[in-house]
Formats: sequence, structure tokens, C-alpha cells
Amino acid sequence: MKRTLGILCILIVVVIVSRIAEPNFLISRNVSNVTQWSAYFAILSIGAMFVIITGGIDLSIGSVVGLVGCLLPLLIVKHNWSPSVAIPFVIGISATIGVIHGLLITRAKLQPFVVTLCGLMIYRGMARWITGDNNQGFGNKFDYLLEISRWKIPLYKDYVLPIPVVYMLVIAIIAAIFLNQTVWGRYLYAIGRNEQAAHFSGINTNRMKLIAYVICSTIAGLGGILLAFDLNSMQPSSHGNAYELYAIAAAVLGGCSLRGGEGSVAGVVIGAVLLRTLYNANNMLGIPTTLEFVTIGTVLLLGVLADEGVKWYAHRRKLARSTA
Amino acid sequence: MASVTVPTSLIRPPGVPASTIGPLLSATGIVKEFPGCKALAGVSVVFEPGEIVAILGENGAGKSTLMKILAGVQPPDGGELRVDGEVVAFNDVSDAMERGIVLIHQELNLAENLDVGANIFLGREPTRYGMLDRATIRRKSRELLDRVGLTCSPDTILGELSTGQQQLVEIAKALSISARVLIMDEPTASLSHHETQLLYEVVRKLKSEGVCVIYISHRLSEIIELADRVVVLRDGQYVGEIKRVELTREKMVSMMIGRALTTGSERVAHTPGNEVFRIEGLVTEAFPQAASTFNLRAGEIVGMAGLVGAGRTELLRAIFGIDRPLAGRVVIAGQTKPIHSPREAINAGLALVPEDRKGEGLILEMPVRHNHTLATLGRTAHAGAFINRPREVADSREMVAALGTRTASDLLAVQFLSGGNQQKVVLGKWLLSQPKVLLLDEPTRGVDVGAKQEIYRIMEELAAKGLAVLFVSSDLEEVIRMSDRALVMHEGRITGELQRHQLNEAAIMALATGGSLA
Repeated sequence: MKRTLGILCILIVVVIVSRIAEPNFLISRNVSNVTQWSAYFAILSIGAMFVIITGGIDLSIGSVVGLVGCLLPLLIVKHNWSPSVAIPFVIGISATIGVIHGLLITRAKLQPFVVTLCGLMIYRGMARWITGDNNQGFGNKFDYLLEISRWKIPLYKDYVLPIPVVYMLVIAIIAAIFLNQTVWGRYLYAIGRNEQAAHFSGINTNRMKLIAYVICSTIAGLGGILLAFDLNSMQPSSHGNAYELYAIAAAVLGGCSLRGGEGSVAGVVIGAVLLRTLYNANNMLGIPTTLEFVTIGTVLLLGVLADEGVKWYAHRRKLARSTA
Repeated sequence: MASVTVPTSLIRPPGVPASTIGPLLSATGIVKEFPGCKALAGVSVVFEPGEIVAILGENGAGKSTLMKILAGVQPPDGGELRVDGEVVAFNDVSDAMERGIVLIHQELNLAENLDVGANIFLGREPTRYGMLDRATIRRKSRELLDRVGLTCSPDTILGELSTGQQQLVEIAKALSISARVLIMDEPTASLSHHETQLLYEVVRKLKSEGVCVIYISHRLSEIIELADRVVVLRDGQYVGEIKRVELTREKMVSMMIGRALTTGSERVAHTPGNEVFRIEGLVTEAFPQAASTFNLRAGEIVGMAGLVGAGRTELLRAIFGIDRPLAGRVVIAGQTKPIHSPREAINAGLALVPEDRKGEGLILEMPVRHNHTLATLGRTAHAGAFINRPREVADSREMVAALGTRTASDLLAVQFLSGGNQQKVVLGKWLLSQPKVLLLDEPTRGVDVGAKQEIYRIMEELAAKGLAVLFVSSDLEEVIRMSDRALVMHEGRITGELQRHQLNEAAIMALATGGSLA
């Protein structure tokens, strides 16, 4: 909770500073752009969070985004699949990827890092191969589909609410309910803290971990679909590249520990928004784009450093009190 | 700056061999305290070159602590160590090594991924022009391996050797730093019969070369075969010594236990109910040759005694579905229940309070409440999915009240509780699952005396309510005090069953060390 409030404060500071430095920062067009992209990254981060809570990692998120983003237009445009079949089909593929990851990790006892690193390469290669490395898009005949991502709900004056924000909120609420209100959520946190003890308490730890990977990959697939409709032009070799790193960074910024057992949906969503806002502020304030990763990396580093500092301070105070 | 003056009595006259000055290694009045317990209370022992000395004592008698002090792993809180009559203070293991004292740990300290030669010279690699001198390593390793009777090449990767061979590599490593005192903590605990014999040969050979071998073992037959002298410790104190000619199993057991043999038990006699639990021919992976069969009746408290590593924990793990047994079956209330996971065990009415409370019993960072309900959350959930919060709060509070767990709030993380209260949280978790059979592995390990009594009371109350209670304990007094009946294990086998009137320390120790009842 403290952590979430902490990064919320940082976000607010970043917004205020950017607004002062560049008055155009809060014009409707930019706000719409930032919130739309924040929503996509928040969705991917929520998925990543599930595996991170169990103490795992998923490095294949970006490649799943790329594969889905290329496969969907290929099926609809080239192979004349009905979107109502193609969309569930690619979601099914994403879920299957999650099942494979989960089985390799829980049954074959492979390390999550290794399994999903292989996934990162394999799905990227598959995307390039099935498309012949040609750019993919829906052309002009499917504008109604693109509206799934591009529709904006008018709010106030010329300010709008991009529809992906609504999807993100729905996913966030479902994820929060799953993690906080259901027994499975409790089990995931327990596994992340102490898998042995969870197993000894009768929790089917293998099944829960598998579920986490399925959720992560499925959400990556959903994100991939939304991004495909939004961009309408996907380069198989680069679309979605490094998105897993943004997702992991947002999750860590939002309070997840890579050791597992920690993290809240609210924190992760704010973390994703913060990352995207920084990225945008970097452009708007005229800082060279070449420095954009420097900015994001530094903020992430300072964020986790500050968090450790706060923990250390709290620990010292507790010690001081107990010896007093 | 104060100048250091060396007492003249400690300066070795030139030309006089060390052994004429004083014994090879002597410890006088060694004291070591740990928070809450005195591990060693003034122990004095002397070791001479060319002898094999066995150190004997029950679990917790202070054997390992003494060995660690001799080898510089831990400094003593009081007392004096002398090597060749010179007072020494070891700051760390390398200080002791410099004087030729080497400890071989129970768990070997070798790098399994490196080859044999690299392991022998780890940290002391011979170099040439700043590069590893592989030829020298190979040549010297060969000589050392020959001395311990290992025929393998120095280039063999250590992990490919058997445990026994690895043990010999560890000895070769000790010899490479010209060890004069070799301390071995249960060296045969994980060796096969053949490997054990091989080790005996090497030990005897070292003895003939003038090395002093100090040896901890729980196996009395082994000590009888090997030792020149047995030093007995009990409750951190030196009890006495037995010379080789006087060495008998009975004498060792009685010295180890010391006080008049306890036969009384504070547990009130009562008639147990019907059989609720039985295992038939259960075989664990750790001891593939030993099949275990026993039963438990309602309202009965059964102790399971034995030495550390006797296979008791492995048996409980197999019963509870953590490890897959190689053979055998579990019968609960007359029905065979296949148990492949803790979940199935819980559904069958079993509960296990594991030995490793922090690693297996609790999720330390989670609050008391969440730990309490971890095993039953699914059972009480709405639609099997949504946590029933009021029920969770009520269940947790009920357990805190019923077990008298002292915690500021049930939302406090369990890591902030004392050992005894942590154990009560584990017990609470299992009581909520309403088991028919409660399995406890070392339930009072690491808890203070008061909490121990409370845990005993809880066990008795549960038995009175009709639960069958099986507890593993390495504490003989505890087994005698609490058991209606005790099973004793040795090397994976149940070597005997003692009824309450037969329970005494001599009988248990005899069975636990592989002997039979007199």
C-alpha cells in the first residue's frame, strides 16, 4: 500500500514537472496518447505480475505480442478467416503457449527464465516465418475491427477516454479480485513466499504455477490483439520487441519482488503508467530520444533503491525500539 | 604500544620433538554457550598422535560443537586449546589447518562440478608464472589418492564419484595440508557397507602413520570395531572415557545416558480405541531395503524414536504424500487410501507438523491468520473460490484462543513470533483441518521449556479427543514422557516396539543403535 502511494506520488510529480516544463504536455491529444499506451502496457504488466508473484518470470511476452499481432491479420486478410473465429483462435494459441511454459516449468522442472527465454526466440522466429518476414496489417476493409482499439469515448471538451483504458480497468479489477478475494490468489502469494510450506499445506503448487503462466501468456495475447488493431502495421521481426522488459519493469516498480510473493494490481498499473509517462515526457520535453532508456532505467533503479532504503530504515527503527 | 612477552615455558627448546613437550592436541575446560543453552560446560580432553578416538553422546550432547571448536570453526567462550603444549587461539578454520587440525564435515564441503585434483587443492592451487600448474596438481593428487586407496584419475569430475569415494577425496584433501589431527563427523552416515570398510582401512593406515583420528559416530558397532578410546559427553559435559579393552555396547549406552534409568512416565494410562491408521510395508527411497509396518489407534500417542538420520522423517514424508514411496500402502479406518500428494493426505484425515518449521511449516512473511487457514481455505470458501473472510477470522481467532498462542494480533507476520508460538500456529493450521491422525516431526525442537510443556498438553488433549498422534522425537525423555507406545527406528527399519511399561532410555538406545533388547 505504501509502495503504491509512493509511486503514485512520483507519477504526480513527473506529470506536474512535465506540465510546467512543457505546457503542451496536458493537451488532450497527448493525454489520450499516453493513457492509451499506458493501458496496453498495464495489461501486459498485470499478466507478468501473476508469474512474478509465484517467483517466476516470463520473458516471452513481447514475442507472444509479435506472434499474435502478425498471425491475426494473416488469418483474417490472407486466409479470409472470420474475425469471430480468428480472435478466439489466437487467444487459444496464447493460452496454449502458457500451458507449455507451465508444464515445462512444473513437470520437466526447467527454470522459468530458460523456458521463457527459449519462448522469446521461438515465437519471434515463428512470427517471421509464417509471414515471410513481410509487414502485416488489416488494410482498409476492416476499419470496424480497428475501432476495437481506436474508439475514444468523449469526456470533457476535447478530452477523450481511449477504449483500451476501459479494457485495462476491467482486466485489473478481475485480476485484483482473483488475487485478493479468491483462494487461488492466496495460494499464488503463498507459493511465491515459500513453495515448500505451501505444498506441505496441501496446495497443488504445480497446478497453481501452471495457471499463472497461462494467465500471463493469455493476457499477452489479448494485449497483442489490441496493439495489432491499434497499429494496423506490424513488422514481424520487431513488433512487440522488449515489451516483456517493460512489463517486468512496471511490475517491479509497482511493488513486485522478483523473489515472489509480493505485489498489488494497483501498484503494477501505476508502475506501467509511470513508465509510459516518463517515455512520453522524455519526448515532449525535447530530451534526446537516444536518452529515453537512460531515463527509464534510472527511474526504475532509483525506485527500487528508495524502496530498499525505506525497508532498511523501518527495520532499523524496529530494532531500536526493541532494544530500547 | 605494549610489547608481547612470550612465557619461556611455552617456547619449544630447539631440537626437541613436539610430542615430548605436551600432547598433540589438548582442550581444557572448554565452554560454549548459545542463546538459551549451554552447549559445552567445561570439557577437557587430550589427544595423542596415532590414536583413533571416538566421541560418543546423545543428540545435543555437544559433540559437534566440541569438534567445531577444535577445528577453529567456532571460537570457545572459555577454556584453552593447546597444540604440542602451546596455547593456541584459532580465529578461523585456516588457523587450525596451519597447525594440522582438519575437520571433515557431515555434509562434505566439495565442489561437485570440479575435478578431483581441483578439489584437493581448492584455494591452495600451485601456480607457475601465475597460471594454474595442472601438472603438479595432477602429480600430487595422484600420490594423495594412492594414500587413501582411491584408484580414480585426478581428472575425474567429483560429482561422478560415490559418496564414499568423495569422502576419501575429502581425506586426501586433509592430507594435502599434512593433517596431524583429522576430525570426522559421522563419516559413515551415508556410506554403504563396502565403502565403510574401505574407510576403516584408510583410518587405520593413517593411524599407523601417526595421525590422530577423532571420530563422531552414532553406530556403536562401528566404534567397537575402530576406536582405541571412547570419550563420552552428556549435556555438554565430559562424562568419562572407555579404553578399548573395556569397550562394550552396554557400557557405552549407560555412560551416554548417565543418570539412573528413567522408567516412569507422566502420561496417565488409558485404553486406546480402535485402529484408525495403518501402514503396511511402506518403503522409502532413502532406505529401499527396509519396509515399515505399524498401526495407530484412536486416542493413542505413539512416539517414534531413533537417531538422527534413522529414516523417521522420510517415513512421515512418504505417508503424507510428499515423497512417493517405493512400495506399501496406507490404510485409514480400514480403507486403503492411495496418497500421492499432501492434498490427498489431508483429505484422508492426516496432518503433518514438519520438522523444518520455517522451511516447511510456515510462510514466515504471512500473518498468523493466513498461516492458520492455509490448509482449509478452499474447504471454507464460497463456491470453492471466494475466501470466506468472516469464517477465516473466526477460525484463526479460535485457534489463537484454543492453543494460547501469544501474538499481538493475528495479522502479525509469524516471523515475529517465538519458536513455541510459531509451532502453535502450525498446530492450529492442522487442527482446523480436523484430522483423524496427527503426525508430528520433532514437535518441540527449538522451543523453550515452557512452550514444550504446552505442546505436550495440547498433544494429550488431542489424544483425549480421539485423535491418533504419532510423534517423531530424538529427545529420549520426551519419548518416554509422552508415549503410550514407542516405535524405534534404525537405518530405515523399525527395530522394535516398546510398550509404556517397557519404555526406558537403555532399551530405546539399544534399539536405536541397531542392537536388540537384552
